[in-house]
Amino acid sequence: MNLYEFCNIIIVWLVDLVNNLWYWLGDFLPWVFGDFFTWAGDLAASDGHIAAMTILLEVLVVLIVAIVNVLNFIWLDRKLSGRIFDFYGPYYVGYRIGGWLQNIADGMKLFVKEIITPKDVDRLGFVLAPVIFVSSSFLILATIPLSPNFGVSTNMDGDFVAAGVLFAFAAFAIAPFSILLAGWSSNNKYTLIGGMRSAAQMMSYEIPLLLVVASVFLLSGDFSFVGVVDAQHDVWFAIPLFIGFIVFLVCIAAEVEVTPFDLPEAEAELVEGWTTEYCGMRFGFFMMTSYLRGYAGGALATALFLGGWQGPALIPDEIWFLIKAYCVFVVIEWMRWSVPRVRVDQILNLGWKRLMPLAMLNLVIAAALKTMGWF
Amino acid sequence: MWINMGPQHPMTHGLWNLRIKVDGETIVDAEPEVGYLHRGIEKICENRTFTQVIPITDRLCYGSSMSWSHLYCRSVEDLMGLEVPPRAQYIRVAVLEMQRIASHLMWLAAYAADLGMMAGFIYGMRDREVFVDLLQDLTGSRLTYNYPRVGGVSHDVPPGWDKDALRACDYMEQRLREYEDIYEGSKIFMMRNVGVGVLKRDLAMNLGVTGPPMRASGAKYDLRKDRPYEAYDEMDFQVCSRTEGDCFARYRVRMDEMWESCRIIRQAVQKMPKGEWRVVAPRNAPAGTGVAMVEDPRGEGMMYVVGDGTDRPYRLKIRSPIFVTVSAAPQFLVGYKIADVVAIMGGLDMCIGENDR
Repeated sequence: MNLYEFCNIIIVWLVDLVNNLWYWLGDFLPWVFGDFFTWAGDLAASDGHIAAMTILLEVLVVLIVAIVNVLNFIWLDRKLSGRIFDFYGPYYVGYRIGGWLQNIADGMKLFVKEIITPKDVDRLGFVLAPVIFVSSSFLILATIPLSPNFGVSTNMDGDFVAAGVLFAFAAFAIAPFSILLAGWSSNNKYTLIGGMRSAAQMMSYEIPLLLVVASVFLLSGDFSFVGVVDAQHDVWFAIPLFIGFIVFLVCIAAEVEVTPFDLPEAEAELVEGWTTEYCGMRFGFFMMTSYLRGYAGGALATALFLGGWQGPALIPDEIWFLIKAYCVFVVIEWMRWSVPRVRVDQILNLGWKRLMPLAMLNLVIAAALKTMGWF
Repeated sequence: MWINMGPQHPMTHGLWNLRIKVDGETIVDAEPEVGYLHRGIEKICENRTFTQVIPITDRLCYGSSMSWSHLYCRSVEDLMGLEVPPRAQYIRVAVLEMQRIASHLMWLAAYAADLGMMAGFIYGMRDREVFVDLLQDLTGSRLTYNYPRVGGVSHDVPPGWDKDALRACDYMEQRLREYEDIYEGSKIFMMRNVGVGVLKRDLAMNLGVTGPPMRASGAKYDLRKDRPYEAYDEMDFQVCSRTEGDCFARYRVRMDEMWESCRIIRQAVQKMPKGEWRVVAPRNAPAGTGVAMVEDPRGEGMMYVVGDGTDRPYRLKIRSPIFVTVSAAPQFLVGYKIADVVAIMGGLDMCIGENDR
């Protein structure tokens, strides 16, 4: 049973439940609104309505899974950074579960803080930027299935968006726009520099990233997550495309803005960069979403290079997928806490002079492998 | 576009303002503004007796308070014509070098945080604890020690302290090797440091820059060697210097100084003679002047004290090394990127307490 069927059963049951009320009301008040109630009940039972509600429920389930994962990620990051820094990390709040509740406590703190909109900001852009940032990041997760049975699919057969991988990367690339918007509208020199850095940085890492993804498409011959993962049945793409995998990890680190590449929010130079003027839950959303993007980055690396949900059948596919995604995330965080930050001209050099030729080389290797008929 | 980096900014390590004019990300002009932390220490000192001034000079620098109260005591000893007993000289050398290591470690921690390397920040502060604990065993406090006295030090070292000091040196040398691996093994750290903020030797000397920034520019000048005070002339150590004059050279000079400080602590603790640790100083100073210069962790500190026959200084003038270094900073900030500001200014080891006095 896949997620669509599961949600479909729940929705059909709910619609039946509610329809009983509608039809009963239609029987009870036949002389006034009877036609209306029966019409509403028929509408609710129609295929279109049930399909739409099923997809909404699917999205809700996927989002809840994603948010729980993000809470795990924040906790893991704190514990891991604590171990790297030679201390314990959070352990007071939720003592018996390793300080896991610290995230909830911090979320509550941010939630009750006042949301201040500074006087001279461009209000539309200032308010819109977090919305775009958060929604585009959630959009990535909506496209990534944890297994062929667990993801936002559109019919009983569990078919996902045919160009799902492309869609995920398109959604990934929206965020720099909102960062630029936030930086510009905050009316602050530091945020402006942060936003501009974000735009400049995107130019340098986005192209090698997509070239590497193109090599994956070349080998798999499919744009959808299921197709890409199925193509890795014999060997993970991380082995033939090892160069591409390294380039991909570096670019994903730049995309989710962890430390060697967190120029837009370089706290030593730009105070807090583009998030300087945001406070309260708006800042909390930024914080949470940056980890959400880390999760999405790990999930994409898993699906594209590490064989996705494939693994020995001892544990379910979804768990395999999450284990691999967590491993990629741990590697990224390890890098994050142990190296300094690069300069803005250096990241441009890195992107154009190092990653770009490597990505090209990787594409050539992929083409050669395909031509030899090995994939 | 003029940008105010400060008075409240993560880069400043204190309370001062660096105004930079940028063209895109490139700095075309810079202008430090100091004075936010002016407490009038020189004036306060005129109303206190010579002994009462010592805790106030402790407050000059939160990073290395020992070297400043020691400097003050030396200048008053010069005014009074006192000779410090040998044991006190050796104790002073040992605690000054411990203070130097603690100060340099705090610099290293802040520098790593400036460059965005949080692990380096925690490690530096963790290992500074070892030397702060040693000084706490000796003096009872962790930040402002109030330990040197005019004519010696306030009390003898506690039993077993010398063994702790030797063990701390062993630990520190092990850690220094680890630091060198962490920092110099990091390609990004080298990218951020090599060739950034180059200060030429002639310019450094003309501007009056002293301490590690001057030695990193190729000038091999260290007051501990060239005008030895206390027992430094009996110690065997090298003057650390580099010729590049960039941020990496400054980093390297400070790391080498920590190695040398470990050597000096070992010698001072092992060769420490028995005897008195303090001579009784007269209450009133004669009319006249006294001056002392020491090699502070941040450069060349100098104090000039004028006595008028009473028990209070008539005038106390403090020469802060960081004040001169910061005034010189615009000369080697121009032409680099905004991100280099934190590397360059962090590499100078700012301490606003002594700067604004």
